[in-house]
Amino acid sequence: MTGSHDTTGSPEATGRPVVELQHAGKVFGEGEAAVTALESIDLTIRAGEFVTLIGPSGCGKSTLLRLIGDLIPVSTGEVRVNGKPAAQARRGREYGIVFQAPVLMEWRTVQRNVELPLEIMGLPRDERAKRAEAMLRLVELSDFAGKHPWQLSGGMQQRVAIARALAIDPALLLMDEPFGALDEMTRERLNLELMEIWRRTGTTIVFVTHSIPEAVFLSSRVAVMSARPGRITRVIDVDLPQPRGNETREQTRYFQLVTAVREALRQGGAEDVIGDSEGLGPAEAERIRAEGYA
Amino acid sequence: MTRARDVARLRGAGLPLLVFVGVLVLWEFSLAALGVQQFLLPRPSVIAGSLAEQGGLLAQAALYTATEVVGGLAIGCTLGIAAALAAARWRAARNALVPIGIAMSSIPIIAMAPITNIWFTSDAAASRMAIVAVLVFFPMLVNTIRGLTEVDPAALELMNACAASEAQILRKVRIPNALPFVFTGLKVATTLGVIGAVVGEYFGGPLAALGVYIQSEAYNFRYNHAWAAIVIACAMGIAFYVAVLVLERVLLPWHASSREVAG
Repeated sequence: MTGSHDTTGSPEATGRPVVELQHAGKVFGEGEAAVTALESIDLTIRAGEFVTLIGPSGCGKSTLLRLIGDLIPVSTGEVRVNGKPAAQARRGREYGIVFQAPVLMEWRTVQRNVELPLEIMGLPRDERAKRAEAMLRLVELSDFAGKHPWQLSGGMQQRVAIARALAIDPALLLMDEPFGALDEMTRERLNLELMEIWRRTGTTIVFVTHSIPEAVFLSSRVAVMSARPGRITRVIDVDLPQPRGNETREQTRYFQLVTAVREALRQGGAEDVIGDSEGLGPAEAERIRAEGYA
Repeated sequence: MTRARDVARLRGAGLPLLVFVGVLVLWEFSLAALGVQQFLLPRPSVIAGSLAEQGGLLAQAALYTATEVVGGLAIGCTLGIAAALAAARWRAARNALVPIGIAMSSIPIIAMAPITNIWFTSDAAASRMAIVAVLVFFPMLVNTIRGLTEVDPAALELMNACAASEAQILRKVRIPNALPFVFTGLKVATTLGVIGAVVGEYFGGPLAALGVYIQSEAYNFRYNHAWAAIVIACAMGIAFYVAVLVLERVLLPWHASSREVAG
Protein backbone atom coordinates (compact mmCIF):
# COMPACT_ATOMS: atom_id res chain seq x y z
CA MET A 1 0.00 0.00 0.00
CA THR A 2 2.80 2.43 0.79
CA GLY A 3 5.26 3.50 -1.85
CA SER A 4 7.96 4.17 0.68
CA HIS A 5 11.35 2.98 -0.49
CA ASP A 6 14.63 4.72 -0.89
CA THR A 7 15.81 5.24 -4.41
CA THR A 8 17.89 7.66 -6.32
CA GLY A 9 15.80 7.01 -9.35
CA SER A 10 18.88 5.86 -11.18
CA PRO A 11 18.76 3.12 -13.79
CA GLU A 12 20.89 0.94 -11.53
CA ALA A 13 18.06 0.77 -9.01
CA THR A 14 18.52 -2.46 -7.17
CA GLY A 15 15.37 -2.29 -5.05
CA ARG A 16 12.93 -5.12 -4.66
CA PRO A 17 11.10 -6.20 -7.81
CA VAL A 18 7.75 -4.43 -8.18
CA VAL A 19 6.75 -5.94 -11.51
CA GLU A 20 7.85 -9.41 -12.60
CA LEU A 21 6.81 -10.78 -15.99
CA GLN A 22 7.77 -14.38 -16.69
CA HIS A 23 7.03 -15.72 -20.18
CA ALA A 24 3.86 -13.65 -20.03
CA GLY A 25 1.73 -14.02 -23.16
CA LYS A 26 -1.69 -12.93 -24.32
CA VAL A 27 -3.84 -14.54 -26.99
CA PHE A 28 -7.14 -12.94 -27.98
CA GLY A 29 -9.84 -15.18 -29.41
CA GLU A 30 -9.81 -18.93 -29.83
CA GLY A 31 -9.02 -21.56 -32.44
CA GLU A 32 -8.76 -20.27 -36.01
CA ALA A 33 -9.50 -16.65 -35.01
CA ALA A 34 -6.87 -16.58 -32.25
CA VAL A 35 -4.48 -13.62 -32.39
CA THR A 36 -1.28 -13.63 -30.39
CA ALA A 37 -1.02 -10.12 -28.98
CA LEU A 38 1.97 -10.76 -26.73
CA GLU A 39 4.47 -13.59 -26.78
CA SER A 40 6.67 -14.66 -23.91
CA ILE A 41 7.45 -11.35 -22.24
CA ASP A 42 10.19 -11.41 -19.62
CA LEU A 43 10.78 -8.20 -17.72
CA THR A 44 11.53 -7.26 -14.13
CA ILE A 45 10.93 -3.71 -12.93
CA ARG A 46 12.45 -2.74 -9.61
CA ALA A 47 11.31 -0.25 -7.01
CA GLY A 48 11.91 3.34 -8.02
CA GLU A 49 12.42 2.62 -11.71
CA PHE A 50 10.73 4.54 -14.51
CA VAL A 51 10.27 2.07 -17.36
CA THR A 52 8.77 3.03 -20.69
CA LEU A 53 7.17 0.58 -23.11
CA ILE A 54 7.58 1.91 -26.65
CA GLY A 55 6.59 0.39 -29.96
CA PRO A 56 4.46 0.76 -33.06
CA SER A 57 0.68 0.67 -32.94
CA GLY A 58 -0.54 -2.87 -32.38
CA CYS A 59 2.63 -4.09 -30.67
CA GLY A 60 0.64 -4.82 -27.53
CA LYS A 61 2.21 -2.21 -25.25
CA SER A 62 -1.17 -1.15 -23.81
CA THR A 63 -2.14 -4.82 -23.50
CA LEU A 64 1.05 -5.45 -21.55
CA LEU A 65 0.18 -2.58 -19.19
CA ARG A 66 -3.27 -4.10 -18.67
CA LEU A 67 -1.73 -7.49 -17.87
CA ILE A 68 0.34 -5.85 -15.15
CA GLY A 69 -2.81 -4.14 -13.83
CA ASP A 70 -4.82 -7.39 -14.04
CA LEU A 71 -7.41 -5.55 -16.15
CA ILE A 72 -7.13 -8.47 -18.58
CA PRO A 73 -5.88 -11.94 -17.61
CA VAL A 74 -2.68 -13.48 -19.02
CA SER A 75 -3.02 -16.45 -21.37
CA THR A 76 0.38 -17.93 -20.57
CA GLY A 77 3.15 -17.28 -18.09
CA GLU A 78 2.99 -15.26 -14.95
CA VAL A 79 2.62 -11.63 -13.84
CA ARG A 80 3.57 -10.64 -10.30
CA VAL A 81 3.18 -7.21 -8.72
CA ASN A 82 4.80 -6.47 -5.37
CA GLY A 83 5.70 -10.14 -5.20
CA LYS A 84 2.05 -11.25 -5.43
CA PRO A 85 -0.02 -12.49 -8.36
CA ALA A 86 -1.31 -9.47 -10.33
CA ALA A 87 -4.96 -10.22 -9.44
CA GLN A 88 -4.18 -10.16 -5.74
CA ALA A 89 -2.26 -6.89 -6.10
CA ARG A 90 -5.20 -5.30 -7.94
CA ARG A 91 -7.64 -6.41 -5.25
CA GLY A 92 -5.24 -4.99 -2.67
CA ARG A 93 -5.27 -1.66 -4.58
CA GLU A 94 -1.50 -1.61 -4.92
CA TYR A 95 -1.27 0.41 -8.12
CA GLY A 96 -2.71 3.59 -9.60
CA ILE A 97 -3.52 3.98 -13.27
CA VAL A 98 -3.74 6.89 -15.74
CA PHE A 99 -5.28 6.45 -19.18
CA GLN A 100 -4.91 8.44 -22.40
CA ALA A 101 -8.23 10.15 -21.62
CA PRO A 102 -8.51 11.71 -18.15
CA VAL A 103 -11.70 9.66 -17.40
CA LEU A 104 -12.96 12.16 -14.85
CA MET A 105 -16.54 11.90 -13.58
CA GLU A 106 -18.18 15.08 -14.86
CA TRP A 107 -20.66 15.15 -11.95
CA ARG A 108 -17.82 15.35 -9.44
CA THR A 109 -15.68 18.34 -8.63
CA VAL A 110 -11.92 18.06 -9.13
CA GLN A 111 -11.47 17.37 -5.41
CA ARG A 112 -14.15 14.68 -5.34
CA ASN A 113 -12.67 13.05 -8.45
CA VAL A 114 -9.35 12.70 -6.64
CA GLU A 115 -11.22 11.28 -3.63
CA LEU A 116 -12.97 8.58 -5.72
CA PRO A 117 -10.48 5.73 -5.15
CA LEU A 118 -10.31 6.67 -1.46
CA GLU A 119 -14.11 6.45 -1.23
CA ILE A 120 -13.97 2.99 -2.78
CA MET A 121 -11.39 2.02 -0.16
CA GLY A 122 -13.81 3.19 2.49
CA LEU A 123 -11.64 5.92 4.02
CA PRO A 124 -13.40 8.38 6.37
CA ARG A 125 -14.41 11.71 4.90
CA ASP A 126 -11.86 13.96 6.61
CA GLU A 127 -8.95 11.70 5.71
CA ARG A 128 -10.14 11.57 2.09
CA ALA A 129 -10.25 15.35 1.96
CA LYS A 130 -6.80 15.68 3.51
CA ARG A 131 -5.21 13.24 1.07
CA ALA A 132 -6.95 14.74 -1.96
CA GLU A 133 -5.81 18.22 -0.95
CA ALA A 134 -2.21 16.99 -0.65
CA MET A 135 -2.42 15.35 -4.10
CA LEU A 136 -3.84 18.51 -5.67
CA ARG A 137 -0.97 20.47 -4.15
CA LEU A 138 1.43 17.96 -5.72
CA VAL A 139 0.01 18.58 -9.20
CA GLU A 140 -0.41 22.30 -8.43
CA LEU A 141 -4.17 22.39 -8.87
CA SER A 142 -5.24 23.40 -5.35
CA ASP A 143 -6.99 26.49 -6.72
CA PHE A 144 -9.21 24.31 -8.90
CA ALA A 145 -10.41 21.85 -6.22
CA GLY A 146 -14.01 23.11 -6.41
CA LYS A 147 -14.21 23.26 -10.21
CA HIS A 148 -15.82 20.69 -12.46
CA PRO A 149 -13.69 18.82 -15.02
CA TRP A 150 -15.14 20.66 -18.02
CA GLN A 151 -13.90 23.93 -16.59
CA LEU A 152 -10.28 22.70 -16.91
CA SER A 153 -7.96 22.42 -19.92
CA GLY A 154 -6.95 19.00 -21.26
CA GLY A 155 -3.54 19.19 -19.59
CA MET A 156 -5.07 20.15 -16.24
CA GLN A 157 -7.60 17.32 -16.49
CA GLN A 158 -4.75 14.86 -17.03
CA ARG A 159 -2.98 16.26 -13.95
CA VAL A 160 -6.18 15.60 -11.95
CA ALA A 161 -6.09 12.01 -13.26
CA ILE A 162 -2.49 11.71 -12.04
CA ALA A 163 -3.47 13.11 -8.63
CA ARG A 164 -6.31 10.57 -8.45
CA ALA A 165 -3.97 7.69 -9.33
CA LEU A 166 -1.47 8.78 -6.66
CA ALA A 167 -4.13 9.43 -3.98
CA ILE A 168 -3.96 5.85 -2.68
CA ASP A 169 -0.16 6.20 -2.33
CA PRO A 170 0.51 3.25 -4.66
CA ALA A 171 3.84 1.47 -4.96
CA LEU A 172 3.28 1.34 -8.71
CA LEU A 173 1.89 3.85 -11.21
CA LEU A 174 0.72 2.57 -14.60
CA MET A 175 0.39 5.20 -17.35
CA ASP A 176 -1.11 4.40 -20.76
CA GLU A 177 -0.06 7.14 -23.21
CA PRO A 178 -1.21 9.75 -20.68
CA PHE A 179 -0.02 12.72 -22.71
CA GLY A 180 -0.78 11.29 -26.16
CA ALA A 181 -3.80 13.51 -26.73
CA LEU A 182 -2.08 16.75 -25.70
CA ASP A 183 -0.22 19.30 -27.80
CA GLU A 184 3.58 19.19 -27.85
CA MET A 185 4.10 22.20 -25.56
CA THR A 186 1.75 20.87 -22.89
CA ARG A 187 3.26 17.42 -23.22
CA GLU A 188 6.79 18.71 -22.57
CA ARG A 189 5.64 20.70 -19.56
CA LEU A 190 3.79 17.70 -18.12
CA ASN A 191 6.87 15.54 -18.74
CA LEU A 192 8.84 17.93 -16.52
CA GLU A 193 6.10 17.85 -13.87
CA LEU A 194 5.95 14.08 -13.98
CA MET A 195 9.72 13.88 -13.42
CA GLU A 196 9.29 16.11 -10.36
CA ILE A 197 6.41 13.98 -9.03
CA TRP A 198 8.43 10.80 -9.60
CA ARG A 199 11.39 12.26 -7.69
CA ARG A 200 9.22 13.39 -4.79
CA THR A 201 7.07 10.26 -4.42
CA GLY A 202 9.63 7.61 -5.40
CA THR A 203 6.81 5.66 -7.06
CA THR A 204 7.74 3.00 -9.59
CA ILE A 205 6.30 3.99 -12.97
CA VAL A 206 5.48 1.93 -16.06
CA PHE A 207 4.74 4.31 -18.92
CA VAL A 208 3.41 3.49 -22.39
CA THR A 209 4.17 5.88 -25.23
CA HIS A 210 4.88 5.96 -28.95
CA SER A 211 6.98 9.11 -28.69
CA ILE A 212 10.73 8.45 -28.76
CA PRO A 213 11.78 11.80 -27.23
CA GLU A 214 9.26 11.39 -24.42
CA ALA A 215 10.48 7.85 -23.69
CA VAL A 216 14.14 8.90 -23.53
CA PHE A 217 13.48 12.02 -21.49
CA LEU A 218 11.43 10.28 -18.81
CA SER A 219 12.82 6.80 -18.44
CA SER A 220 15.46 5.01 -16.51
CA ARG A 221 14.92 2.15 -18.97
CA VAL A 222 13.17 1.94 -22.32
CA ALA A 223 11.67 -1.41 -23.36
CA VAL A 224 11.44 -1.44 -27.16
CA MET A 225 8.64 -3.60 -28.55
CA SER A 226 7.80 -4.98 -31.97
CA ALA A 227 4.49 -6.15 -33.38
CA ARG A 228 2.97 -9.41 -34.62
CA PRO A 229 3.47 -11.00 -32.21
CA GLY A 230 4.19 -8.38 -29.56
CA ARG A 231 7.62 -8.90 -28.06
CA ILE A 232 10.22 -6.88 -26.20
CA THR A 233 13.11 -6.73 -28.67
CA ARG A 234 15.51 -4.60 -26.64
CA VAL A 235 15.80 -2.87 -23.30
CA ILE A 236 17.88 0.31 -23.37
CA ASP A 237 19.30 1.85 -20.19
CA VAL A 238 18.92 5.61 -20.16
CA ASP A 239 21.94 6.91 -18.30
CA LEU A 240 21.05 10.59 -18.48
CA PRO A 241 21.78 12.37 -15.18
CA GLN A 242 19.02 13.17 -12.66
CA PRO A 243 17.25 15.44 -12.07
CA ARG A 244 16.24 16.00 -15.65
CA GLY A 245 15.13 19.34 -16.99
CA ASN A 246 14.85 21.33 -20.17
CA GLU A 247 18.64 21.21 -20.59
CA THR A 248 18.46 17.39 -20.70
CA ARG A 249 16.90 17.66 -24.14
CA GLU A 250 19.96 19.52 -25.40
CA GLN A 251 22.60 17.03 -24.29
CA THR A 252 24.55 15.00 -26.85
CA ARG A 253 23.86 11.84 -24.85
CA TYR A 254 20.11 12.54 -25.15
CA PHE A 255 20.34 12.61 -28.94
CA GLN A 256 22.47 9.45 -28.95
CA LEU A 257 19.83 7.66 -26.91
CA VAL A 258 17.00 8.94 -29.15
CA THR A 259 18.93 7.51 -32.09
CA ALA A 260 19.53 4.24 -30.25
CA VAL A 261 15.81 3.81 -29.49
CA ARG A 262 14.94 4.71 -33.08
CA GLU A 263 17.44 2.15 -34.39
CA ALA A 264 16.04 -0.50 -32.06
CA LEU A 265 12.51 0.24 -33.26
CA ARG A 266 13.64 0.05 -36.89
CA GLN A 267 15.37 -3.28 -36.31
CA GLY A 268 12.13 -4.50 -34.78
CA GLY A 269 10.46 -3.76 -38.10
CA ALA A 270 8.66 -0.66 -36.92
CA GLU A 271 9.37 1.51 -39.95
CA ASP A 272 5.93 3.02 -39.81
CA VAL A 273 6.34 4.45 -36.33
CA ILE A 274 9.56 6.36 -36.98
CA GLY A 275 8.22 9.35 -38.86
CA ASP A 276 5.37 10.41 -36.63
CA SER A 277 6.89 9.50 -33.31
CA GLU A 278 9.29 12.40 -33.24
CA GLY A 279 6.55 14.92 -32.77
CA LEU A 280 7.58 16.71 -35.95
CA GLY A 281 4.87 17.65 -38.41
CA PRO A 282 5.79 17.70 -42.12
CA ALA A 283 5.91 21.51 -42.06
CA GLU A 284 8.31 21.55 -39.14
CA ALA A 285 10.54 18.91 -40.70
CA GLU A 286 10.60 20.98 -43.89
CA ARG A 287 11.64 24.10 -41.94
CA ILE A 288 14.50 22.27 -40.21
CA ARG A 289 15.71 20.90 -43.52
CA ALA A 290 15.64 24.40 -45.04
CA GLU A 291 17.60 25.84 -42.12
CA GLY A 292 20.16 23.08 -42.54
CA TYR A 293 20.77 24.07 -46.12
CA ALA A 294 20.98 27.80 -45.40
CA MET B 1 -20.47 39.72 -18.29
CA THR B 2 -23.56 38.86 -16.28
CA ARG B 3 -25.43 41.83 -17.69
CA ALA B 4 -24.48 40.89 -21.24
CA ARG B 5 -25.80 37.39 -20.60
CA ASP B 6 -29.04 38.75 -19.12
CA VAL B 7 -29.57 40.94 -22.18
CA ALA B 8 -28.86 37.97 -24.43
CA ARG B 9 -31.34 35.85 -22.50
CA LEU B 10 -34.01 38.56 -22.64
CA ARG B 11 -33.48 38.78 -26.37
CA GLY B 12 -33.71 35.00 -26.58
CA ALA B 13 -37.05 35.06 -24.76
CA GLY B 14 -38.26 38.22 -26.51
CA LEU B 15 -38.40 36.88 -30.05
CA PRO B 16 -40.65 33.87 -29.40
CA LEU B 17 -42.87 36.08 -27.22
CA LEU B 18 -43.17 38.59 -30.06
CA VAL B 19 -44.13 35.84 -32.52
CA PHE B 20 -46.67 34.47 -30.02
CA VAL B 21 -48.32 37.87 -29.52
CA GLY B 22 -48.23 38.48 -33.28
CA VAL B 23 -50.04 35.21 -33.98
CA LEU B 24 -52.70 36.08 -31.34
CA VAL B 25 -53.28 39.50 -32.87
CA LEU B 26 -53.47 38.05 -36.37
CA TRP B 27 -55.86 35.35 -35.12
CA GLU B 28 -58.04 37.96 -33.36
CA PHE B 29 -58.52 40.23 -36.36
CA SER B 30 -58.25 37.98 -39.40
CA LEU B 31 -61.12 35.59 -38.50
CA ALA B 32 -63.86 38.21 -38.98
CA ALA B 33 -62.21 39.42 -42.20
CA LEU B 34 -62.03 35.86 -43.53
CA GLY B 35 -65.61 35.16 -42.41
CA VAL B 36 -64.70 32.13 -40.26
CA GLN B 37 -67.66 31.01 -38.13
CA GLN B 38 -67.33 31.62 -34.39
CA PHE B 39 -67.99 27.95 -33.49
CA LEU B 40 -65.25 26.68 -35.82
CA LEU B 41 -62.53 28.79 -34.25
CA PRO B 42 -63.35 31.42 -31.62
CA ARG B 43 -61.25 34.58 -31.32
CA PRO B 44 -58.58 34.64 -28.57
CA SER B 45 -60.53 37.36 -26.75
CA VAL B 46 -63.61 35.12 -26.65
CA ILE B 47 -61.55 32.19 -25.32
CA ALA B 48 -60.06 34.51 -22.70
CA GLY B 49 -63.58 35.55 -21.71
CA SER B 50 -64.63 31.91 -21.31
CA LEU B 51 -61.52 31.23 -19.25
CA ALA B 52 -62.52 34.00 -16.83
CA GLU B 53 -66.17 33.00 -16.76
CA GLN B 54 -65.51 29.26 -16.23
CA GLY B 55 -62.46 29.84 -14.04
CA GLY B 56 -63.70 28.04 -10.93
CA LEU B 57 -64.83 24.88 -12.69
CA LEU B 58 -61.75 24.85 -14.94
CA ALA B 59 -59.41 25.17 -11.95
CA GLN B 60 -61.17 22.24 -10.29
CA ALA B 61 -60.98 20.18 -13.49
CA ALA B 62 -57.32 21.06 -14.02
CA LEU B 63 -56.48 20.05 -10.45
CA TYR B 64 -58.26 16.70 -10.89
CA THR B 65 -56.52 15.95 -14.20
CA ALA B 66 -53.15 17.09 -12.81
CA THR B 67 -53.59 14.63 -9.93
CA GLU B 68 -54.11 11.82 -12.44
CA VAL B 69 -51.01 12.90 -14.38
CA VAL B 70 -48.82 13.09 -11.27
CA GLY B 71 -50.10 9.78 -9.92
CA GLY B 72 -49.62 8.03 -13.25
CA LEU B 73 -46.16 9.52 -13.70
CA ALA B 74 -45.13 8.41 -10.21
CA ILE B 75 -46.26 4.84 -10.82
CA GLY B 76 -44.99 4.57 -14.41
CA CYS B 77 -41.62 6.22 -13.73
CA THR B 78 -40.97 4.18 -10.60
CA LEU B 79 -41.75 0.93 -12.43
CA GLY B 80 -39.77 2.03 -15.51
CA ILE B 81 -36.67 2.94 -13.49
CA ALA B 82 -36.91 -0.19 -11.34
CA ALA B 83 -37.22 -2.37 -14.43
CA ALA B 84 -34.25 -0.55 -16.00
CA LEU B 85 -32.10 -1.20 -12.93
CA ALA B 86 -32.91 -4.92 -13.16
CA ALA B 87 -32.39 -4.92 -16.93
CA ALA B 88 -29.01 -3.20 -16.66
CA ARG B 89 -27.87 -5.66 -14.01
CA TRP B 90 -29.06 -8.95 -15.49
CA ARG B 91 -29.00 -9.74 -19.17
CA ALA B 92 -31.90 -12.18 -18.69
CA ALA B 93 -34.03 -9.41 -17.18
CA ARG B 94 -33.15 -7.19 -20.10
CA ASN B 95 -34.16 -9.82 -22.64
CA ALA B 96 -37.44 -10.33 -20.80
CA LEU B 97 -38.34 -6.69 -20.04
CA VAL B 98 -37.49 -4.79 -23.21
CA PRO B 99 -39.92 -6.73 -25.46
CA ILE B 100 -42.63 -6.20 -22.83
CA GLY B 101 -41.84 -2.48 -22.83
CA ILE B 102 -42.04 -2.35 -26.61
CA ALA B 103 -45.35 -4.23 -26.56
CA MET B 104 -46.72 -1.85 -23.93
CA SER B 105 -45.63 1.18 -25.92
CA SER B 106 -47.46 -0.05 -29.00
CA ILE B 107 -50.80 -0.37 -27.19
CA PRO B 108 -53.07 2.38 -28.55
CA ILE B 109 -54.36 4.41 -25.63
CA ILE B 110 -57.89 4.30 -27.12
CA ALA B 111 -57.83 0.53 -26.73
CA MET B 112 -56.79 0.74 -23.08
CA ALA B 113 -59.27 3.30 -21.71
CA PRO B 114 -62.51 1.23 -21.74
CA ILE B 115 -60.60 -1.64 -20.13
CA THR B 116 -59.14 0.41 -17.28
CA ASN B 117 -62.62 1.90 -16.77
CA ILE B 118 -63.92 -1.60 -16.14
CA TRP B 119 -60.99 -2.39 -13.84
CA PHE B 120 -61.16 0.74 -11.71
CA THR B 121 -64.62 2.18 -12.65
CA SER B 122 -64.71 5.24 -14.85
CA ASP B 123 -65.15 7.65 -11.94
CA ALA B 124 -61.89 6.59 -10.32
CA ALA B 125 -58.76 8.62 -11.04
CA ALA B 126 -56.89 5.31 -10.86
CA SER B 127 -58.32 4.44 -14.28
CA ARG B 128 -56.44 7.34 -15.94
CA MET B 129 -53.39 6.86 -13.72
CA ALA B 130 -53.08 3.34 -15.10
CA ILE B 131 -53.20 4.68 -18.67
CA VAL B 132 -50.57 7.32 -17.92
CA ALA B 133 -48.38 4.74 -16.16
CA VAL B 134 -48.52 2.39 -19.16
CA LEU B 135 -47.73 5.28 -21.52
CA VAL B 136 -44.66 6.54 -19.65
CA PHE B 137 -43.23 3.17 -18.68
CA PHE B 138 -41.47 2.54 -21.98
CA PRO B 139 -39.69 5.89 -22.48
CA MET B 140 -38.50 5.72 -18.86
CA LEU B 141 -37.32 2.11 -19.24
CA VAL B 142 -35.42 2.69 -22.47
CA ASN B 143 -33.80 5.96 -21.44
CA THR B 144 -32.75 4.67 -18.03
CA ILE B 145 -31.28 1.47 -19.49
CA ARG B 146 -29.25 3.56 -21.92
CA GLY B 147 -27.98 5.76 -19.11
CA LEU B 148 -27.03 2.81 -16.93
CA THR B 149 -25.27 0.87 -19.69
CA GLU B 150 -23.75 3.51 -21.97
CA VAL B 151 -20.88 4.15 -19.59
CA ASP B 152 -17.37 5.11 -20.72
CA PRO B 153 -15.53 1.74 -20.83
CA ALA B 154 -12.45 3.49 -19.43
CA ALA B 155 -14.48 4.52 -16.37
CA LEU B 156 -15.31 0.85 -15.76
CA GLU B 157 -11.65 -0.06 -16.25
CA LEU B 158 -10.72 2.61 -13.72
CA MET B 159 -13.22 1.22 -11.21
CA ASN B 160 -11.82 -2.25 -11.83
CA ALA B 161 -8.30 -0.99 -11.19
CA CYS B 162 -9.59 0.35 -7.86
CA ALA B 163 -11.13 -3.08 -7.10
CA ALA B 164 -14.59 -1.49 -6.81
CA SER B 165 -17.56 -3.78 -6.12
CA GLU B 166 -20.54 -4.07 -8.50
CA ALA B 167 -22.62 -2.03 -6.03
CA GLN B 168 -19.97 0.72 -5.89
CA ILE B 169 -19.81 0.86 -9.69
CA LEU B 170 -23.59 1.19 -9.77
CA ARG B 171 -23.63 3.96 -7.17
CA LYS B 172 -20.61 5.94 -8.26
CA VAL B 173 -20.65 5.52 -12.05
CA ARG B 174 -23.81 4.01 -13.54
CA ILE B 175 -26.49 5.92 -11.62
CA PRO B 176 -24.90 9.40 -11.93
CA ASN B 177 -24.27 8.63 -15.59
CA ALA B 178 -27.95 7.68 -16.02
CA LEU B 179 -29.47 10.79 -14.41
CA PRO B 180 -29.38 13.01 -17.54
CA PHE B 181 -30.99 10.15 -19.48
CA VAL B 182 -33.67 9.79 -16.79
CA PHE B 183 -34.49 13.47 -17.19
CA THR B 184 -34.73 13.07 -20.97
CA GLY B 185 -37.22 10.26 -20.31
CA LEU B 186 -39.11 12.44 -17.80
CA LYS B 187 -39.51 15.26 -20.33
CA VAL B 188 -41.10 12.85 -22.79
CA ALA B 189 -43.15 11.28 -19.97
CA THR B 190 -44.72 14.55 -18.75
CA THR B 191 -45.96 15.44 -22.24
CA LEU B 192 -47.29 11.91 -22.78
CA GLY B 193 -48.82 11.93 -19.30
CA VAL B 194 -51.03 15.00 -19.95
CA ILE B 195 -52.16 13.60 -23.32
CA GLY B 196 -52.88 10.20 -21.74
CA ALA B 197 -54.93 11.63 -18.88
CA VAL B 198 -57.02 14.02 -21.02
CA VAL B 199 -57.71 11.46 -23.77
CA GLY B 200 -58.44 8.81 -21.12
CA GLU B 201 -61.09 11.13 -19.68
CA TYR B 202 -62.93 11.16 -23.03
CA PHE B 203 -64.04 7.66 -22.07
CA GLY B 204 -65.45 8.67 -18.72
CA GLY B 205 -64.77 10.41 -15.44
CA PRO B 206 -66.29 13.10 -13.20
CA LEU B 207 -67.52 16.28 -14.91
CA ALA B 208 -64.78 18.34 -13.26
CA ALA B 209 -62.03 16.75 -15.36
CA LEU B 210 -60.48 18.48 -18.39
CA GLY B 211 -61.20 15.69 -20.89
CA VAL B 212 -64.77 15.14 -19.74
CA TYR B 213 -65.38 18.90 -19.72
CA ILE B 214 -63.98 19.38 -23.26
CA GLN B 215 -66.19 16.57 -24.58
CA SER B 216 -69.41 17.64 -22.88
CA GLU B 217 -69.00 21.34 -23.78
CA ALA B 218 -68.25 20.48 -27.42
CA TYR B 219 -71.27 18.16 -27.43
CA ASN B 220 -73.42 21.06 -26.25
CA PHE B 221 -72.03 23.47 -28.88
CA ARG B 222 -70.18 25.58 -26.26
CA TYR B 223 -66.98 25.47 -28.28
CA ASN B 224 -65.49 28.54 -26.63
CA HIS B 225 -65.65 26.68 -23.28
CA ALA B 226 -64.00 23.62 -24.85
CA TRP B 227 -61.28 25.87 -26.23
CA ALA B 228 -60.69 27.40 -22.81
CA ALA B 229 -60.16 23.90 -21.37
CA ILE B 230 -57.78 23.03 -24.23
CA VAL B 231 -55.73 26.13 -23.37
CA ILE B 232 -55.61 24.94 -19.75
CA ALA B 233 -54.51 21.42 -20.80
CA CYS B 234 -51.82 22.99 -22.98
CA ALA B 235 -50.62 25.21 -20.12
CA MET B 236 -50.53 22.17 -17.82
CA GLY B 237 -48.31 20.26 -20.25
CA ILE B 238 -45.92 23.20 -20.44
CA ALA B 239 -45.93 23.62 -16.66
CA PHE B 240 -44.99 19.97 -16.07
CA TYR B 241 -42.24 20.20 -18.69
CA VAL B 242 -40.80 23.36 -17.15
CA ALA B 243 -40.95 21.80 -13.68
CA VAL B 244 -38.85 18.88 -14.91
CA LEU B 245 -36.43 21.30 -16.59
CA VAL B 246 -36.03 23.31 -13.36
CA LEU B 247 -35.56 20.12 -11.32
CA GLU B 248 -32.87 18.99 -13.78
CA ARG B 249 -30.98 22.27 -13.47
CA VAL B 250 -31.13 22.11 -9.69
CA LEU B 251 -30.14 18.46 -9.36
CA LEU B 252 -27.63 18.23 -12.21
CA PRO B 253 -25.81 21.57 -12.27
CA TRP B 254 -22.77 19.75 -13.70
CA HIS B 255 -24.51 18.53 -16.82
CA ALA B 256 -23.83 20.10 -20.22
CA SER B 257 -27.43 21.30 -20.60
CA SER B 258 -27.12 23.32 -17.37
CA ARG B 259 -23.68 24.79 -17.98
CA GLU B 260 -24.80 28.09 -19.45
CA VAL B 261 -26.68 28.81 -16.25
CA ALA B 262 -24.24 27.25 -13.80
CA GLY B 263 -21.08 28.73 -15.29
